Amino acid sequence: MKWLSDDKLSYLRTVVTNPDFSSTKYAFIKELARGGMGTVYLAEDRELNRLVAIKVLNTPDITEDLRNRMVREAQIIARLEHPGIVPVHDVGTLPDGRVFYAMKFVRGSRLDEYAAVNDSIRDRLRKFQAVCDAVAFAHAHGVIHRDLKPQNIMIGSFGEVLVLDWGVAKILATDGTDESGSIRLHPCDPWLTDTSAGTVIGTRDYMSPEQARGEIDQLDERADVYSLGAVLHFLLKDQPKPGKAAEAICSKAMANAKEDRYSSASELSADIGRLLDADPVSAYQENAIEKASRWVSKNRFLVLLVLAYLLMRIFFVFTSRP
Amino acid sequence: MSKPLIGVILGAVLGFIDGLTAWFTPAVRDQLGGIVIGSTLKGIIAGIAIGFFAKKFHSLPIGIVFGLLVGAFLAWLVAFMQGGYYFEIILPGTLVGLIVGFATQKYGKTPAAAQ
Repeated sequence: MKWLSDDKLSYLRTVVTNPDFSSTKYAFIKELARGGMGTVYLAEDRELNRLVAIKVLNTPDITEDLRNRMVREAQIIARLEHPGIVPVHDVGTLPDGRVFYAMKFVRGSRLDEYAAVNDSIRDRLRKFQAVCDAVAFAHAHGVIHRDLKPQNIMIGSFGEVLVLDWGVAKILATDGTDESGSIRLHPCDPWLTDTSAGTVIGTRDYMSPEQARGEIDQLDERADVYSLGAVLHFLLKDQPKPGKAAEAICSKAMANAKEDRYSSASELSADIGRLLDADPVSAYQENAIEKASRWVSKNRFLVLLVLAYLLMRIFFVFTSRP
Repeated sequence: MSKPLIGVILGAVLGFIDGLTAWFTPAVRDQLGGIVIGSTLKGIIAGIAIGFFAKKFHSLPIGIVFGLLVGAFLAWLVAFMQGGYYFEIILPGTLVGLIVGFATQKYGKTPAAAQ
């Protein structure tokens, strides 16, 4: 009997573990990430000759519910056409019955990795605002993400921000078409099997108290606002002086009672925008000294010019005396 | 606030302050009223010119250079009519023009383009 070499064993293991894309137009390249429900692979679209990321369910013996969830995730993302939401190109089934969907392959790093090498608070806040805008877009289309965390946010090579992993998203919208003419998701669609009450979904450190209690029916946009607040907290925690206004925004977004939070992600985004523009934020009532110091720091150049003018005037007053 | 309005207000305020500083020069203290009025008018004229320029050209560096030139020219006119104190008049006048040029470009609102 001849023993197989380690290389051959490793190859066989890979062949067995990796999904069989032979019946599709995709060619397997490598595994990118593994999650609870599915694994994301890098593959090549042989027809269009481009790289794609393909998410495949982990288990071949899938239940109907899991299959529906996967299709649901693909359909949710496909309908959310926004620069901050990774686009889905295709959905299909592998020979072993597993559902997969192909999406844009984002070159870049996750928000947590990005934050580890970029300590500029302004830059982080700009990225965070882009996340808020993408989430606000989803909310406007009746979808809440329910698992927002730095690991589910990608920063592309050109600074673009993409929100990933809509696998546990919840549909809130009721029906029909919204004011902008876009299609809204319908909660009665057969693939929209929702999570039952009492089930805890999401990531502990980033989920709202009502989500942690499994109050699925109570979840609305403000659950995502809480998670966004937790993401903001993550981005601010290593900053030596994030500022009272930034901390107040974070606290308001992460309020225990959802009534005390921002009512929407767009409201949170607007406050971040005001913070970046050195304007007063809704979450923090500043005193006169803070107001003046914010004004001075915002108008530093003008203040310097006026000071230079006054200094020059004083200089002339004393030098032109007989 | 529109750019010309910012220019007028800032030009008038700085011109007024500029005129008031003549009080510290005993030789011209008895002409203080005329100096303040003249200086304020000069500031207003500079503010109008710089404000309308800012309305037409949306560029911070060009706005600053234009403000500086207008301020310097008007101050030179004043010094020329007075026949002295060139440095003491032109330098503050130039700086006032620079401040107005900066402020109109930076803080003035441009009316939204017609749809």
